[in-house]
Amino acid sequence: MPEPGHEILHLSNVSRHFSGLKALSDVSLSVSKGEVVGLIGPNGAGKTTLVNTICGVTPASSGVIRFDGRDITRVKTYQSARIGLSRTFQIVQPFAEFSALDNVAAAALFSQPGESLTSAREAAREHLAFVGLDAQADQSAATLTLAMRKRLELAKALAMKPKLLFLDEVNAGLNSAEVERATRLIHQLAANGITIVMIEHLMKVVLNVCTRIAVLHNGQLIADGAPRDIIKDPAVVDAYLGQQYAQRNAARG
Amino acid sequence: MLAIQVLINALVLGCLYACIAIGFSLVWGVLNVINLIHGSFIVLGAYLAWGAYQWAGISPWYALMIAAPSFFILGYLLQRLLLNRVITAPVLVTLTLTFGLDLILNNAMIYYFKADYRKLILSPPTGSVSIFDVIVPVDRLIATGSALALTFLLYLLLRRSKVGRAIVAVRLDRDAAVLMGVDVKSIYAIAFGLGAALAGCAGVLMALIFPISPLTSSAYLGKAFVVCVLGGLGSVSGALAGGILLALVEGIGSVYLGPAHAVTLSFVLLIVFLIVRPQGLLGRKGFE
Amino acid sequence: MTRSTVALLILIACVAALPLFGGAYALRLGTIACMYAVFALSWNIVGGFAGYPSFSTAAFFGLGAYATGILMNKGIPLAAAVGVSLLFCLLLAVILGAVLLRLRGHYFAIASLSLVEVFRELVNNATDLTGGGMGLNIPLVSGSSVLSDATFFFYAMWGLLLVTALTVIAVSVSKLGFGLNCIRQNETAASMVGLNATLYKAIAFGLSACFVGAAGGLYAAWVHYIDPSDVFDILYSVKPIVMALMGGLGSPLGVVCGAFLYLGLEELVWRNYIQIHSGVLGVLIILLLLFLPHGLVSLHVGRIWRGLTGRKAKHA
Repeated sequence: MPEPGHEILHLSNVSRHFSGLKALSDVSLSVSKGEVVGLIGPNGAGKTTLVNTICGVTPASSGVIRFDGRDITRVKTYQSARIGLSRTFQIVQPFAEFSALDNVAAAALFSQPGESLTSAREAAREHLAFVGLDAQADQSAATLTLAMRKRLELAKALAMKPKLLFLDEVNAGLNSAEVERATRLIHQLAANGITIVMIEHLMKVVLNVCTRIAVLHNGQLIADGAPRDIIKDPAVVDAYLGQQYAQRNAARG
Repeated sequence: MLAIQVLINALVLGCLYACIAIGFSLVWGVLNVINLIHGSFIVLGAYLAWGAYQWAGISPWYALMIAAPSFFILGYLLQRLLLNRVITAPVLVTLTLTFGLDLILNNAMIYYFKADYRKLILSPPTGSVSIFDVIVPVDRLIATGSALALTFLLYLLLRRSKVGRAIVAVRLDRDAAVLMGVDVKSIYAIAFGLGAALAGCAGVLMALIFPISPLTSSAYLGKAFVVCVLGGLGSVSGALAGGILLALVEGIGSVYLGPAHAVTLSFVLLIVFLIVRPQGLLGRKGFE
Repeated sequence: MTRSTVALLILIACVAALPLFGGAYALRLGTIACMYAVFALSWNIVGGFAGYPSFSTAAFFGLGAYATGILMNKGIPLAAAVGVSLLFCLLLAVILGAVLLRLRGHYFAIASLSLVEVFRELVNNATDLTGGGMGLNIPLVSGSSVLSDATFFFYAMWGLLLVTALTVIAVSVSKLGFGLNCIRQNETAASMVGLNATLYKAIAFGLSACFVGAAGGLYAAWVHYIDPSDVFDILYSVKPIVMALMGGLGSPLGVVCGAFLYLGLEELVWRNYIQIHSGVLGVLIILLLLFLPHGLVSLHVGRIWRGLTGRKAKHA
């Protein structure tokens, strides 16, 4: 396990095209152990594509991605899951027929070498308890509420013993009490030493949780720094609120 | 010389292949159903042409005009009464259902016509012409011309008519089409009816050239598969491209490997295309 | 062990008692029953567990039959020839599976269907080795009488059924079975949690082919004569699907019950409607799909159903 502050993820000049359309262009980014990085940007900025590219779902068209010292640019999805990269999905992806327990057990079973079905189920119970789903362990995933399914996603991701965890809009569609609960969980994860990169629309959550913010706009990284600086950055304000607003703001001084 | 011969034969045969495949492609594209009864429809069409000529002296050109509406009605009813009931079920179910239908139709044809091969022989014979010193029978040329005309007719129908636009809309985005007020079930039935009508007409044309037997239905079905996959699903131009490519491959394969290997070659090509270029040569969304 | 596993093993044990009751006819029927059950159980691995609609049963049945037939003509004893056929089908299917199972839905169905055509044409054209369209004679396995010969092949096929059933049961409770289940429900999510879907699917395809290949080998030796249009008959691909649909997708007990029920219906139709038997079969298939779409064992099939439907909708 690398020390805190040690670089765990490094992207240099990563690009991704979809038949001519440039979804990511020349993104360079570095994440250190223990950080909680917020990845923000308007809709269609390329945030989810960036996560997909890192996890091997949509491999990079060019550029290099290094994780924990090794080149993972061309690594397949299932391999990236086994080396400690895990993620939740914006649109939850449960195994609908399985119980909540087996959903998490699947994650433990296939990501950890040498895990047996029995030991994976045991581990799954702990992770379900951590996200507060122990009471629903035997319920089928299809019958859970959205908030519960979001937490199930998180439990699955945790069962993979991640070194780096991507959270893709874990709070979308949740009410404020549920958001608060999820935020507490993220704090706890960070306290446990898991490095987190989170895509999030709720600025309240981002400012509350993140130690650093990276901003994507039209597939380009337009800002990267401490939360306080980022929200004042004219390029960011411009990307979010449009040029007119930025100019008016500048005129007012 | 050999090259020109192969090329001309491929063009003539390719248009026929396209005609065989086009109805199959339409049904697959619009209904998302692999219609295994397609081959037997073609054979039934061939029997219709044969019977009309043999028993009533009706020439195949008029048989086309009988085949189109009667097969349309047959297909329309099959879709309305049977297929629409399982249209949302998994691939396995719709595929097995059309297989069951095929068993029935094929068995019925074997029962009534027996399995032996028949031939429709026009009298007087139409003779043959020479194109670039390649001798091509006139009936074959006429069949090819009619196949092209049928294909073009479908293209016009889909392009210009209201029903055609509705079919394309359903193919592109079923849910959006529902929201726009398209009655999807009846569009499905019309598309399946059209597919059947095209199969029936293709059968009439095949009767001019090939021997007729219920046993040939799987060969027609196989051709339809290959053409659809090679050319790309659900487009008229794709079916033409696929048909000509298949005929070319078969022609060249026959010259270099012997005719026995032509079928193997075409199926190997099918599998390779499925894996490497599943959208086909001219594949894109939308049936036009 | 679950209750349905016990029931399956009891059912198979009961079949073994068949020779006590009967002459040549019962033995013939029993041998075919075991063969069909092998088909259905094998198909269930890839079609039921992993949710890929395979139409390649006939391809490996024919391949196994020809492999065994050719080897026996070269003087290799039956058991060894069947064993080699099994391994050959396993290896070939694993390799093909790794490639073909990248396709989904209709595309996979067509590719697996095409395998039957390709293999049939290859066998048809390799006249020197296979006799081509003329067919292939296979030397008799030395038996003292027709009846003892029939008993021998019945127990051979029954033994194969037992091995197949035990393998399928083992798969269903193993990490492999769990993984295939994940793949059927959500393949994207499965690879996201570290499951090597390509490997799992290839193994599943291999397992679903190898016992069918061995059954083909036993069949060839049993009937002494095979030709391409007989053993590469596309009906062999469709029958196991009908059996599985009859009995209930995904459940080993269900598909074996489906196989026996199907054979019963087939015999009934053959005896009474010899001229129109395939048409009657077609009617049966349609009635089954329309009125009993969830099979006999419809206890938890509804969920599988939705899983399959969801898969289809996604790749439509």
